[in-house]
Amino acid sequence: MASSAKEMKEVLFGPIFANNPIALQILGICSALAVTSKMENTVVMCIALTLVTAFSNLFISLIRNHIPSSVRIIVQMTIIASLVIVVDQVLRAYAYSIAKELSVFVGLIITNCIVMGRAEAFAMKSSPGLSFLDGIGNGLGYSVVLLFVGFIRELFGSGSLFGYQILSLASEGGWYQPIGLLILPPSAFFIIGGFIWILRTFRPEQVEPKE
Amino acid sequence: MAKKNESLGKTLFVVIALCLVCAIIVSGAAVGLKPIQQKNAALDMQRNVLDAAGLLEPSTDVVAVFNERVETKLINLNTLEVVDQANGEDAANYDPIAAANKPEWSTQLEKANDTAGIGTRENVTKVYFINGEQGDLETLVLYIRGYGLWGTMYGLISLQPDLNTVRSVNFYEHSETPGLGGEIQNPKWVAQWQGKEIYGDNNAEVEFDVMKSPKQENHDVDALSGATLTSNGVDNLMAYWFSDKAYGPLLDKIRKGELNNG
Repeated sequence: MASSAKEMKEVLFGPIFANNPIALQILGICSALAVTSKMENTVVMCIALTLVTAFSNLFISLIRNHIPSSVRIIVQMTIIASLVIVVDQVLRAYAYSIAKELSVFVGLIITNCIVMGRAEAFAMKSSPGLSFLDGIGNGLGYSVVLLFVGFIRELFGSGSLFGYQILSLASEGGWYQPIGLLILPPSAFFIIGGFIWILRTFRPEQVEPKE
Repeated sequence: MAKKNESLGKTLFVVIALCLVCAIIVSGAAVGLKPIQQKNAALDMQRNVLDAAGLLEPSTDVVAVFNERVETKLINLNTLEVVDQANGEDAANYDPIAAANKPEWSTQLEKANDTAGIGTRENVTKVYFINGEQGDLETLVLYIRGYGLWGTMYGLISLQPDLNTVRSVNFYEHSETPGLGGEIQNPKWVAQWQGKEIYGDNNAEVEFDVMKSPKQENHDVDALSGATLTSNGVDNLMAYWFSDKAYGPLLDKIRKGELNNG
């Protein structure tokens, strides 16, 4: 299975807009709701998920010819769970304050549908190199949406970006009255909806046919 | 190939081998990173203490200031004696919240007395004495905690030398709704606490309240709007920890000048 440069490029960049895991496949939105109220947390979550997806794809692909199909989901889960625990431990050691805020959501990467979905749908059938790129690509696709949501939520919900105050808040004598809804998780639903709307305006082929 | 994979022997082999490899990686990461994590956790707690005492500036060297100014003591709340060790740890490493979960190091609270909703109270608490230039007590920092809306709120409160007037408070861990109850960490709300007196005349009754439209300016803190249950939780936990069931007798003893020599 020789992979051409074109195929590699497609695998890596395809998931960003053409086949975005969140916008098109609507996978993994649970964490998109939970961790996007601050950009800092969002970035760390994106990096963590991208790494986990890439490496779980790589390891699963490496042993794909030896996984008995009767236990393949459990084998995939074991690999993913181990990677997530390692990521969690590293975060706790080197980014303690962020790890404290992300707390359970890092652990919940295990159940993130993107990781499982890519392992089952791609890594089980493809070579390790391509699978790794596919993991990075899907991680980036997830990150694009999360960063977009996080940007809007932090800027208009708290008037800041990465913790730096951009809009001066009315409660501190400024002019900006923050939109309280944006701090709460459900607001991410509206923003993701808006993102999908914009994406499909430019790429009408993603619109589902009428039933 | 596909057929061979499905045999019982191969399945067991793959599963067991995978589990072994994963177990080694995971335990390796956990054990290898533990010292750094514990250092982080200890540093975080020191930062919380300095924050509660109002000594934390963005440029503060937490470890240096903590070591220079703060004296940590373990005090048994039942006997009011200073102890060297509790729960197998010395003063630096002892964690009162961990001890509260161990039956031999904690006291079960009766439902009627348990206004803070914590279930068990540790027998030995950790008190931070912060001394001024002359070596006299400047600030006393105490652990407080209680149930809010979603879970237990953990905090540290600092008192001025009269052990009645609040210097500051820091709820360093909680799971209240961000933007509503989560505002217990908002510096603007915390600033209200400064200068409030917890006790009324003769340090007898807890007069401190968190309430809507405060009645007594020197005792009451304005509640958080949209977070009634969180505000009630804070009100209840203050009522519990400063009652004679918890810190009341300890504060009386320190006020008499005992326990804080050295």
